[in-house]
Amino acid sequence: MSEDLTNSPLGSLAYDPAPESASIARLQGSYGLFINGKFTDPSSHEQFTTLNPANEEALASVAQASSADVDRAVGAARRAYETVWSKTTGAERSKYLFRIARLIQERSRELAVVETLDNGKPIRESRDVDIPLAAAHFFYYAGWADKLDYAGFGPNPQPLGVAGQIIPWNFPLLMAAWKLAPALAAGNTCVLKPAETTPLSALVLAEIFQQAELPPGVVNIVTGDGSTGAALVDHPDVDKIAFTGSTDVGRMIQQRVASSHKHLTLELGGKGANIVFEDAPIDEMIEGIIDGIFFNQGHVCCAGSRLLVHESVADEVLRRLLRRVDQLRVGDPLDKNTDVGAINSAAQLARIKELTAYGEAEGATRYTSSCSLPDKGYWFAPTVFADVAQSHRIAREEIFGPVLSVLTFRTPEEAVAKANNSNYGLACGVWSEKGSRTLWVAERLRAGVIWANTYNRFDPTSPFGGVRESGFGREGGRHGLEAYLNV
Amino acid sequence: MSERLDVRKTYKLLINGAFPRSESGRSYEVTSLKGAFLANVAQGSRKDVRDAVVAARGAQLKWWSQSAYNRGQVIYRLAEMAESRREELAEHVALAEGRSAKGAQTRVSRAIDRIVWYAGWTDKIAQVLGSSNPVAGPFFNFSIPVPSGVVGVLAEQDSSLEAFVNAVFAPLAVGNTVVVIASERRPTPSILLGEMTATADFPPGALNIITGYTGELAPTLAAHEDVDGLDLGGADDEFADQLATSAAGSIKRVLRAKKSDATSLRRLRAFVETSTVWHTIGQ
Repeated sequence: MSEDLTNSPLGSLAYDPAPESASIARLQGSYGLFINGKFTDPSSHEQFTTLNPANEEALASVAQASSADVDRAVGAARRAYETVWSKTTGAERSKYLFRIARLIQERSRELAVVETLDNGKPIRESRDVDIPLAAAHFFYYAGWADKLDYAGFGPNPQPLGVAGQIIPWNFPLLMAAWKLAPALAAGNTCVLKPAETTPLSALVLAEIFQQAELPPGVVNIVTGDGSTGAALVDHPDVDKIAFTGSTDVGRMIQQRVASSHKHLTLELGGKGANIVFEDAPIDEMIEGIIDGIFFNQGHVCCAGSRLLVHESVADEVLRRLLRRVDQLRVGDPLDKNTDVGAINSAAQLARIKELTAYGEAEGATRYTSSCSLPDKGYWFAPTVFADVAQSHRIAREEIFGPVLSVLTFRTPEEAVAKANNSNYGLACGVWSEKGSRTLWVAERLRAGVIWANTYNRFDPTSPFGGVRESGFGREGGRHGLEAYLNV
Repeated sequence: MSERLDVRKTYKLLINGAFPRSESGRSYEVTSLKGAFLANVAQGSRKDVRDAVVAARGAQLKWWSQSAYNRGQVIYRLAEMAESRREELAEHVALAEGRSAKGAQTRVSRAIDRIVWYAGWTDKIAQVLGSSNPVAGPFFNFSIPVPSGVVGVLAEQDSSLEAFVNAVFAPLAVGNTVVVIASERRPTPSILLGEMTATADFPPGALNIITGYTGELAPTLAAHEDVDGLDLGGADDEFADQLATSAAGSIKRVLRAKKSDATSLRRLRAFVETSTVWHTIGQ
C-alpha cells in the first residue's frame, strides 16, 4: 500500500453498503430453557429480552432460569451421565461430536447472522472466525473422544461427571464450543449458562444437538442473568465449574467453590502487551496491532490493549497507526465491509466511557477515529491513547473495548518488565524479525499465550489460557482435555 | 422378462485420481469365496505401479501441506461416503470373505469407525509424538513428526476391507501418500472404497490402488527408489523376507505389522520421521 493513500484518488473511494440479510437468522419470538433434550418453560415463567446492540431493537424473548430450573438441568445432566453418557463408548461420543461439527458447518451462515445480531460483531468476523472455529473445535475434540488413552494422562482417564459452564458474551458460540467439546469428548455431561446479553446462538446450538440426536440431558442450556450462574456454581451436584469472564467474577467463583469438591478452571481478563521492536516488519505489524485491539471491538480477553513500542520507531508507528485507525469502517455489523461493529451492551459502553475519561484526566493524549457513528445502538469510536504511563488506569485495567494505550521502551529488559507489570497474564505479542530475540522475550513474559509477528490467532489444537489473575487451566489442544478429566 | 437385467461394473485401478484399466490391457477373474464369478478385475502391471508412485510423489506435498484439520475432514468425508454405501460394501465383503450378511456388516461398521478414528489422528499425532526438548543451552528445540513420503502397501490377503483400512489410512493420516496393492483374491471391497475417495476431496494421487498379482507387482514396489516406506501385510513370511531385503536398497522404512497393531500407535509411527529444529534464544 502506498504511503500517501489518503492523498490519492483511491483515498476518496467509498463502498456501497453490502448488508447480510437479518432474516437468515430465522429467529423465533421466544426461547425456553433446553433441559433434558427439550425446550421447556422456566418454572417462574419469567422471560427477558435480548437486544440487537447495533440498533437497540428487541430480537427475542429468552427464559430466565431460576435456581429451581438450574436444579432441573443439573438433575437431567446427572441422570444422563449415569444412565447414558458414562456408558457410551469413546468411539460413539466421537461420532456424536463429529455430527455436531458437521451440523455447525451446515448451518454456519444462519449462525453467523444470529451471532452478529445478538452480539454486534461484524458479520465478516462471525462468518470467518467465530463459526468456523466453533465447528473446528467440535471436530478436533471429536477425534480425542476415542483416543483419551493417548493424551498423556495415563491409561483409561475418567471424566469428572457433571460440568457447569459459564461463558461470556464476546464470542458466544465459540466459547460454548470451547467449553462443551472437550467436556463431552472426555465423557462429562454439561449444564451451560450463556451470557445474559448473547443467549441466541447457544439456543440454535441446542437445536443442533436435537438434530444430532445427542441423548437428552447430555447438554442442558440455561439462560439467565448472574443469579442463574450463581445457582449453577453453588449447586451441590456439580463436579466441575468452568468459567470464562471477568477476573472479579472469577475470584468470587473461586471463593464460592473453595471449600467444595468442585474442580475449577478459570479463563479471565487480560491486559495484553503487544511489543514492537525497531526491526519489526512495519506493514504487517501495523495490521497486527489493529487486529490485536480492534478485532471484535476489543471485546477480547487476550486483546493487545497495551502497545509497547521501541522508542526509536515510536513516532513512525504512532503516525501510521493513527492513519490506519481512521480508515477502519465502523457501523452496521451486518454489512460485509464493516471492520468494527457495535459495543455489546449499554453497561459495557458506560464502562469504556468511564475508563477513557480517566485516560484523559490522568494526562494521556487521546486520538479518536473521525468515523461517524450510528444514532441508535451502542457505539464507541476506535481510540488510541499516547503518552500513557504505567500508573494510568488505562494501562492497568482491562477496558474490554476498542481502546489502545501506547507506551514506549528502550531495551528488551525494559519491554519485558513493562509487559509483566500487570496482575494479568493472558497473552502478549512480539514483533521483530529477529527470532532469537523474540524467543528470549517470550521466555521472560509471564503470559499463557505469546504471538510472534501475529496476534489473536486461535486454533483448536493450540492451548489457550492465562497465568496469574488471568486464570488457570487451558482450553484447546491436548492440554484442554485435562480440565475435564479426573487426573 | 420379469426381472431387470443388472448393469455390471468394470473394476478398474485408481491412479492419480483417475480410474484407468491396466496399461497392459490385462484382467483376471475374481470369484467369491465359494467360487462364483464376481468380476474381471484389472490386472495391474509393473508400469502401473511405477505410474502410481509418480502420482503419489506428486501429491505428497499437497496432501501434507494442506492443514492437518483439512486432512482430517477429507478422511472423515470418506467415512460419510462409505456409510451411505455400507450395504454395497457389506455385500462385497460377504462374497469376498464368505461371511454371513450380519458378519459382513459388522466388519464394514468396524472399518468405517476405523476411518473416523484415523480422521481424528491427523491433527493430534504431532501432539502425541512431538516434543519440545530442554537442551542445555540458549536454544529453543522442538521435534515434530513429519511423513516419510510415499508409502507402498501390500494389503492383507484375507481381510478385504478392515485390514485394508488400517494399512492405508494410518500412513495417509500422518501425511504420507500411498500406493496399495489390493488383496489379490478379494479386491472388490477396496476397489469400492477407492471409488468413494473420488467424492471425498482427496487430492489426485494421495491414494492409488493397484489390483493384480501381488507376486508380480510387489517386487517393483519394494525395489522402487522413490518409495520411502513399505507395509508388507499382504506377503507371506518368506516373500516378505525377500521384499524387505530388496527394500533395504533404498533404506525404506519397513512395517511387518501384527494383528494387535490395529489398535496401537505402531501403524501411525511406522511411517513418520522425527524432525528437530534448533533455534537460538538471545537478545
